[in-house]
Amino acid sequence: MNKLNSQHLRSYPKNPKQVYLFGTCLVDSFFPDSGMDAIELLEREGIEVIYPQGQSCCGQPAYNSGYQDEAKAVALSQVKQFPLDIPIVVVSGSCGGMMRHHYLDLLDDVPEIKGFCDRIFEFTEFLVHVLRLKIVDKGPKEQVALHTSCAARREMGVHITGNQLLAQLDNVELKLHDYESECCGFGGTFAVKHADISAAMVADKTKHLLATNVVKYISADHGCMMNIDGSLDYQEESLRGQHIASYLLGRIKGKESV
Amino acid sequence: MSEDLTQVNSKESSDESKYAASARAFRDNVSRDLANDELRANFRGAMDYLMAKRKDAFSSQDELEMLRYQCKLIKQRCLAKLPYLLEELEQKLEQNGIKVHWAETITEANEIIAQLIAQKNGKSVVKGKSMVSEETALNDYLEQRDVECLESDMGEYIVQMANQHPSHIIMPAIHQNKQQVAKLFADNIDDFSYDTDVDVLIQQGRKVLRDKFCQADVGISGVNFAVAETGTLCLVENEGNGRMCTTVPDLHIAITGIEKVIEKLNDVPPLLSLLTRSATGQAISTYFNMITSARKKGEKDGPKEVHLVLLDNGRSQAFADEELRQTLQCIRCGACMNHCPVYTRIGGHAYGTVYPGPIGKMISPHMLGLEATSDLPSASTLCGACGEVCPVEIPIPRILLRLRKENVKPKNQQPQIMKGQGAGRSSVEAFIWQVWAFVHKSPTLYALSMWGLTRFRFFMPKKLGPWTSVRTAPKPAAMTLHERVKAQKAKQLQAAQKRRV
Repeated sequence: MNKLNSQHLRSYPKNPKQVYLFGTCLVDSFFPDSGMDAIELLEREGIEVIYPQGQSCCGQPAYNSGYQDEAKAVALSQVKQFPLDIPIVVVSGSCGGMMRHHYLDLLDDVPEIKGFCDRIFEFTEFLVHVLRLKIVDKGPKEQVALHTSCAARREMGVHITGNQLLAQLDNVELKLHDYESECCGFGGTFAVKHADISAAMVADKTKHLLATNVVKYISADHGCMMNIDGSLDYQEESLRGQHIASYLLGRIKGKESV
Repeated sequence: MSEDLTQVNSKESSDESKYAASARAFRDNVSRDLANDELRANFRGAMDYLMAKRKDAFSSQDELEMLRYQCKLIKQRCLAKLPYLLEELEQKLEQNGIKVHWAETITEANEIIAQLIAQKNGKSVVKGKSMVSEETALNDYLEQRDVECLESDMGEYIVQMANQHPSHIIMPAIHQNKQQVAKLFADNIDDFSYDTDVDVLIQQGRKVLRDKFCQADVGISGVNFAVAETGTLCLVENEGNGRMCTTVPDLHIAITGIEKVIEKLNDVPPLLSLLTRSATGQAISTYFNMITSARKKGEKDGPKEVHLVLLDNGRSQAFADEELRQTLQCIRCGACMNHCPVYTRIGGHAYGTVYPGPIGKMISPHMLGLEATSDLPSASTLCGACGEVCPVEIPIPRILLRLRKENVKPKNQQPQIMKGQGAGRSSVEAFIWQVWAFVHKSPTLYALSMWGLTRFRFFMPKKLGPWTSVRTAPKPAAMTLHERVKAQKAKQLQAAQKRRV
């Protein structure tokens, strides 16, 4: 009925043997551990993960800056990298939202685009709705917070899946922070174009996260985490974020949580 | 009129709106207001309150979503027939004895109103709350012609006394706390001594206003819904001042934007229900006025004349584009600003426009042109909180994206959809994105650039412009994900071959 809601209602593939991973440009260059952990987690569940070497960026930075022709050229080059009719798992809600929803507008002249967009799944969405992942928590007792990105929340509707996954961890207590659903102030080029507003927003977000006294906060978007961690580091605070793929893998393998 | 609506509004208003200058100063305004801790606390507190009130106003998410969907369809239907509905409205209003005036620009609107007042030798005006009259800066215009204008909505009254503009479309004085209002009253009202009791303050304001209602020659009000079917002007308010303005003085002039017309009387109940709940969390407002004529023969009260001024002021430019037209669905509830993390931080005045917040970012470029408002579309993280609460489901983030596109288009690219197209385009930024696209669409160039970024990561500067003024710079990894996946695959292949041997 409501577009924002109906876009979350989708049919999920059953028992896929293979998936593509879209790593995102940010994970590729700054946070590859999260990408490797996502692959390992999927492989442990018996899924073959194909990582096309020709992938680069979803095109969102240019798209959100109004340079849609440039975004379109890059988006088109990405679509060609994922030819097989298998799910494409994206380790970011905001890149996922771009590829699942905005490609429909941007590449409306590409006949196969609907099929491509229907194959896009955000990582936690895929774990919950496709794999129906059951987790046995082998990690130590601890408290964490969860920061859901706005794109994951409002474009992909997958803020619930992150919660569902963390709720399966017997030894982990999820602490809610104030203004949990409020934006961290990243917004891509917004953080540079309107740096002072962004600074005010991230100052509040870090304040509310710090108030929970958790050992770490979890997120499924490295964009937000780059913003929040950058601010925490600048404030000389020790709190850091961890991508949910790495966190879940750590809990499953039972290695000491850092 | 109906033909005009499909044309891009090319007629410049004769004198540029004062808001164009303040919108141009957006960045300076933001710096000023972000540094004001009291102001920020006032906004945070007020927005928290309004968000909580709205949340409590709906029995369930399903009810809310059902109503939003219904109201979106109503507004879309009315916009689809806008030229015809405006003609029907004019015809029905005239039948009811309400005179209709058309104004393409704010100057035309002001001239019409000033003339109507002059014809009756009017000297004093009481105003109900009207954002459209803020749009035309009507008070300034009339005061220059020796007509005294008094705002009678409590918030507007405070703002006028403080010589400010509304910082919120529903709560004009929300940027002030009660201590500030108490001081303002003590400084400006004779025989009033400083008191921070809100009831005392309101009673004091009402006392002043009561006399003015009886003395004024003219009442000016806005309109929330103009019903074409019956020729009815609907006015939503809480203080009774709207009713006083529209019934006591002999002359009532209503002013509104052309997008406020709705088709049927039956469309009113769902829109009204959603408007009050989205705005203030009220099930219904204290007053709801339906004005269908002037005083009739034998009636004891009511104005002797009623006029309606219908203002375009850039709305037909938005109307002409199917996507941008959705901007006109807005019923001015203010929920988008209440939920906006940017508005909450910078407050309403920083925008420099009549309409602040997300709706202001969408509508102001049509009123003032992109040249004056080119910083507004980008001043959003596109977090989507506004679109999530908009009662008529305007896809606000998408419209902001569209405005960003129009803002950075080459200036002479056809078709010209908006006044001031390309105002935000810089050749440096355009070049950066061209290079960016060239690299990112080529797997080889992308791999090369990532190789460079990771291998020379120790040369990456510690200072990265505004990013590092409140953050440390992120550090590139030693190896890209591309490389690590490749290396792992090679290792796995090797191991598999070994096993076979």
